[in-house]
Amino acid sequence: MSRAVRQRVQAVALWIATFLLMVIMCIPGLWVVLSAFRPNREILARPPVWVPERLTFNNFAKIFGLGDAQVAIPVGSYFMNSVVIALTSTFVALVIGMAGGYAFARFRFRFKNSLFLSLMLFRTVPGIALSLPLFMLWSRLGIIDTQMGLIIVYIALNVPFTIWLIDGFFRQIPMSLSEAAQVDGCTRWQAFWKIEFPLAKGGIAAAGVFAFLTSWNEYALAAQLTRSTDSKTLPVGLMDFTAQFTIDWAGMSAMAVIIIVPALILTFLVQKHLIRGLTFGGVKG
Amino acid sequence: MFRAIRTRQTTLAPLVLLLPAFTVMLFVVAMPLAFSFYTSLTPYRLTRPESIEIYIGARNYIRLWDNAAFWAAFWRTILFLAIALNVELLLGLGIALLINKLTWGQRTLRTIMMFPMMFSPILVGFQFKFIFNDNIGIVNNALQSLGLIDRAIPWLVDAQLAMFSIIVAEVWMSTSIFAILLLAGLLAMPRDPIEAARVDGCNSWQVFRHIPLPFLMPFIFIAMTIRSLDVARAYDIVHVMTGGGPAGRTELLWTLIARVGYNNARMGEANAMAYVSTLLSIAFTVFFFRKLMAARRYMGGAE
Repeated sequence: MSRAVRQRVQAVALWIATFLLMVIMCIPGLWVVLSAFRPNREILARPPVWVPERLTFNNFAKIFGLGDAQVAIPVGSYFMNSVVIALTSTFVALVIGMAGGYAFARFRFRFKNSLFLSLMLFRTVPGIALSLPLFMLWSRLGIIDTQMGLIIVYIALNVPFTIWLIDGFFRQIPMSLSEAAQVDGCTRWQAFWKIEFPLAKGGIAAAGVFAFLTSWNEYALAAQLTRSTDSKTLPVGLMDFTAQFTIDWAGMSAMAVIIIVPALILTFLVQKHLIRGLTFGGVKG
Repeated sequence: MFRAIRTRQTTLAPLVLLLPAFTVMLFVVAMPLAFSFYTSLTPYRLTRPESIEIYIGARNYIRLWDNAAFWAAFWRTILFLAIALNVELLLGLGIALLINKLTWGQRTLRTIMMFPMMFSPILVGFQFKFIFNDNIGIVNNALQSLGLIDRAIPWLVDAQLAMFSIIVAEVWMSTSIFAILLLAGLLAMPRDPIEAARVDGCNSWQVFRHIPLPFLMPFIFIAMTIRSLDVARAYDIVHVMTGGGPAGRTELLWTLIARVGYNNARMGEANAMAYVSTLLSIAFTVFFFRKLMAARRYMGGAE
């Protein structure tokens, strides 16, 4: 075998080994996805059934209340709550985060580093620790078990990290571009929308996806601040499936798929920017 | 005159731009934390609303000092984080090095690697509860089908095994963050110094120790800082998988807070615990943030 061929074979072997490793890593998630399409009977079967005899959409029909066998869990309204709460809080967090990120990237001011760190520290407070006072205050304000109550909380949860990411993306754009536009007669506001915003768009989208995922996946706060179909989100609704001693594994798996799919699509759409944003915001000062 | 206006504008503008962010943070985080600090100085119980007005000073905190369950949870949390974060870092580094070695198809593998990142922590908990279930879980089924064990292993019932299973779930959820950030670091690294060191006769450990590792340090600190922001997500996992059981043997600080505050309705005491857990998280973040800043200066970043 010539040297070139041997190297080629080695490269392929290494790739296959790494690929297999990644697949093994994904098995726990894939197993849940597969279970969503299997009848509960097969999941509970002893001895275990390894190769599914048939795949079915019944679990999905069931949790959405279609077909004859129904589950008394209002997944539809949980889904709507999740969508409304996650989208609204993401949008507001992005607007606030763009203003803040621009301030950190483009201006010099006193206590800049301390202010940045203090923003991050707000984010550090464990959800469950924050839920105690919020639970008491939100009850007094009458916004417990409302979409509004959760939206406000999620905005605060997302602002620090959104600023971290967007700050990094604005820094990557040379300042001379907007200065040139200003020399040509643009105001700073116009220069921002015509030059800097279009260039940072991909990064801002990535920050948006990150914020969306945080709101979409959050449990500790939502579990305490929601009560009914008025505001319960999908992660909280997932716990509806665990009765005292029995768990509807098939139903839960189907609901898991409903939670994962939107997150999957969004992440893959912006993954390139996501990785760039995560590293750049931190490394370059 | 023009200059005077301009400097005033530039000092004012960032403040105006940052105002909404800090307003939200004050309203949703700082104010509630101040309120919870006050309630931690009272014997407040949800069942007796008037008890919020009784001031008892630091008694809740002093009582924590003698609270064996609290200290058990506290040290278990520290141990849990120490093990989970180190395993995540090492696994992440290994995966990053492996993918970095490939000459093509890196992007496909990186995409597959991001799969666990999209999972909600509560889903990760549910998923591993399913997988480690002693009757129908895939782990026991596989081991039994292969004939390696003849009796089901009680993964979530035995205290040690339950803690192990929780750590597995946590590691599964968070390893990709490390892998992705470290891979980004490796891809950004110049190749020439490594070749030069090879030519000069360094072995692979010496090369790794002196060239990629120092270069990766800032990336390790970024990963740690980002992770330190959400370590409390482990609450979701434990809550689903074991609920702190069996007999409180997997109780972490965060599940204990929830139990005391909501199940036992002793808000004053729970708030005192919550304060300790918050300070712990803050110390953790500040530590890695400062390391990150130092590494940045070392790397010659514009600081």
